[in-house]
Amino acid sequence: MTNVSQPIPVTVLTGYLGAGKTTLLNRILTEDHGKKYAVIVNEFGEVGIDNDLVVDTDEEIFEMNNGCICCTVRGDLIRILEGLMKRKGRFDAVLIETTGLADPAPVAQTFFMDDDVRSKTRLDAIVTVVDAKNLLARIDDSPEAEDQVAFADVILINKVDLVSAEELAAVRAEIAAINPYARVIETERCSVDLGEVLDRGAFDLNRILAVEPEFLTADHHHHDETVKSISLTAGDMQPEAFFDWINRATQEQGPKIRRLKGIIAFAGDPDRYVVQGVHMIVEGDHQRAWKPGETRESRLVFIGRDLDFAALKAGFEACRV
Amino acid sequence: MPMPTLLPHDLDAHVVASGFLGEAVVQALGDGRVVIRDGETARVVEAHDGGLLAVRFSADGRSLVSSGDDGRVVRITSDGAVEVLFEKTGKWLDQLAEGPGGAIACAAGRTAWVRLVTGEVKEFAHEKAVGGVCFLPKGLRLATATTDKAMLHWVTAAGAPVDMPWKGAHTGITTSPDGKFLVTTMQEPALHGWRIDDMKHMRMTGYPSKVKSISWSAKGRFLATSGANAAILWPFLTKDGPMGKNPLQLGPRDRIVTQVACHPSEDVVAIGYDDGMILAVRFGDAAEVLLRKPGAAPLSGLAWDRAGVRVAYGAETGEAGVIDIRG
Repeated sequence: MTNVSQPIPVTVLTGYLGAGKTTLLNRILTEDHGKKYAVIVNEFGEVGIDNDLVVDTDEEIFEMNNGCICCTVRGDLIRILEGLMKRKGRFDAVLIETTGLADPAPVAQTFFMDDDVRSKTRLDAIVTVVDAKNLLARIDDSPEAEDQVAFADVILINKVDLVSAEELAAVRAEIAAINPYARVIETERCSVDLGEVLDRGAFDLNRILAVEPEFLTADHHHHDETVKSISLTAGDMQPEAFFDWINRATQEQGPKIRRLKGIIAFAGDPDRYVVQGVHMIVEGDHQRAWKPGETRESRLVFIGRDLDFAALKAGFEACRV
Repeated sequence: MPMPTLLPHDLDAHVVASGFLGEAVVQALGDGRVVIRDGETARVVEAHDGGLLAVRFSADGRSLVSSGDDGRVVRITSDGAVEVLFEKTGKWLDQLAEGPGGAIACAAGRTAWVRLVTGEVKEFAHEKAVGGVCFLPKGLRLATATTDKAMLHWVTAAGAPVDMPWKGAHTGITTSPDGKFLVTTMQEPALHGWRIDDMKHMRMTGYPSKVKSISWSAKGRFLATSGANAAILWPFLTKDGPMGKNPLQLGPRDRIVTQVACHPSEDVVAIGYDDGMILAVRFGDAAEVLLRKPGAAPLSGLAWDRAGVRVAYGAETGEAGVIDIRG
C-alpha cells in the first residue's frame, strides 16, 4: 500500500518573460539532488526531462462563488493536482511554472481555497526570478511584474553580470521597497544553491518565522508615493479585538493586500500565535510557547499596493491590551 | 440477510475506480495499471503509459474504457485485451464518458472529443476548460460542464450547441437515465440541475465538501451523492425532480462520504466513507448493513456487480477487495 499522509510540497516559479525562469527550472530538473518532480508548465517544449513528469496546461482562473472578487483560483491546477495525487510515489514534489504575465495570487489562493488541494499538498514557496537589466522598466509598464515581486518568498535577481553596480543598487532598492521580507539572492544564469530555493516552508505557519527570524524585524519603508509594505509592532493584544480587526481589515483592504504575515502575543496566552494571508484569506494557529526571556512582542507585516498605512496602524494599535 | 464476506486483495497504488468485467473484479490504478482478478488469478494490464485519470464501465458489463495523461483512451475487455480508441499525444484526458453503441467522449483543457464507433472523431471547442462530459441516453447529444454553464452539443447532426447558464465552475456532469435532467457537480460544495425541456433550475446545496461521487438508483428514481456526513439522495420521482423536496440522508456518521454506488435493481445504496468503512443502506427504512469496517484510507472506488450480489471497493492507499453479500 502507498503512503498518503505526507502532503506533497509545491514550489511556484514566477518571473517576467526572459528573466530566466526556464533556466532555473531546467537547473532544478537536471541537477543531481535525488528528487523527482512533477512539473506543471504553460509552454511545452522548453523543458522536457525524461525522469520527470511534465504537464502542459492553460491557466484557467475563476472566481469562487463566494462574492469575493479577489478570491480567484486556478481551476486547471485543482484538476491537475487531483490527477497527480493518484500517482503519489512517482514524484517527491511539484513545480508550477506560471506564464510571465501571471499574477501569483490565484495560484497561491488555490492552496487555501480548495479543500482537496489543501489536504494533499502544501505550498512551499513562491520563487520569483527577475532580470537585473529589465526589472525597473517592467515594473513601470506592467503591474504583474510588481505583483510577482510582492508575492515572492524568494527573489532571484538574475543576470547581475549585465548591469553596473549603480543599476544593481537601484534594483535592490526597488525590490526592498515592494517586498522587504523576501529572501533576495543575486545570481548569474540562475546559478544558486537549490537549497536556497526549494523546501523553504514559506507558507508553513510553524516554519515561517523560524527559517527567517529576521524577516519581521525590518523597518517599514516609505518609498515613492504609494505604501507597498508596512510593519507594525506592539506588545500583548486582546484576541477578540484582534480577530475582529484583522477580519475587517482584510475584507476592506483585501484587494490591496498581497501578503500578510505576523506573530501575535495574546494577553494571557503562553503560546505565540502566527498568522498569514493572501488578499482576503487569513489563517492562523498557535505555534509554540514563548521562550523564557523572549520578548512578548506582536509583529505584523503587510505587503501590498496603496495600503492605508494610518488605518492599518490605528486598527492594530486599538487591539492592544 | 447473511453476514457478508469480504475478500481483500490490497494493491500498491491509488485506486481510481473499482468495478466488474463479467465475473472478474477490476481495480483501475492511478499508475496506469488495470488489475483484473477472476477467482485466484489476477491479470495486470498496462493500460496507460503514465497516469490513469478516468474510467467508465460499459452498460453491458463486458468492457471498460479508461483515459490517461498519455493522451489515450483505451477499451479493455475481461481477457485483458487493450484497444486504443483515441489518441491526442500530450493531452491530459481527465474527462471520459461512454455512450450507447460504443461511442466515447473525452476532454482535455478546453476541448471535448467524441469518437464514434465507426472511428470518426468529432471535436467540440469550449471557451473555458471542460469539467465533465456525458451522453444523453440516445447518444445523439453530448452534454459538457464548463465554467459558468453546461452545454448540449449535437454529436453528428448539424445545429448550434445549447448553453445552459449557471454561474460557477462546473466540475462534472450526469444526465438522468430518462434523459430529462442534467446535473452538474461544482467547485463549490453543491450540485446544480436543469430540467432540459424548459431549462428550469434546481439547486442542490448544503454539502460540507465537494461532491465527487454520484450514482443513479434503479430506474433513475434517486441520485445518490457523496460529499456529506451521510449519503445524500435527491428524489427524481416526479417531473419536477428534487425541486421543493428534501433528500434522503442515509448512513449518517461523523465521517465524510467519499463514494456512493446504487444497487442495480433494489432501492439500496452502498456508501463508502473517508475512513474506509462501507455500509449498505435500504432507502425505505434506512436499515444498515456493515459491509466493511474502517480501514486505512478514504474509499476511492465502489461498485456493484450486475447481479447486485457483490461490491468491489478500493481506497486511496491501494487497499482493495470484494464483498459478497450472500455470505
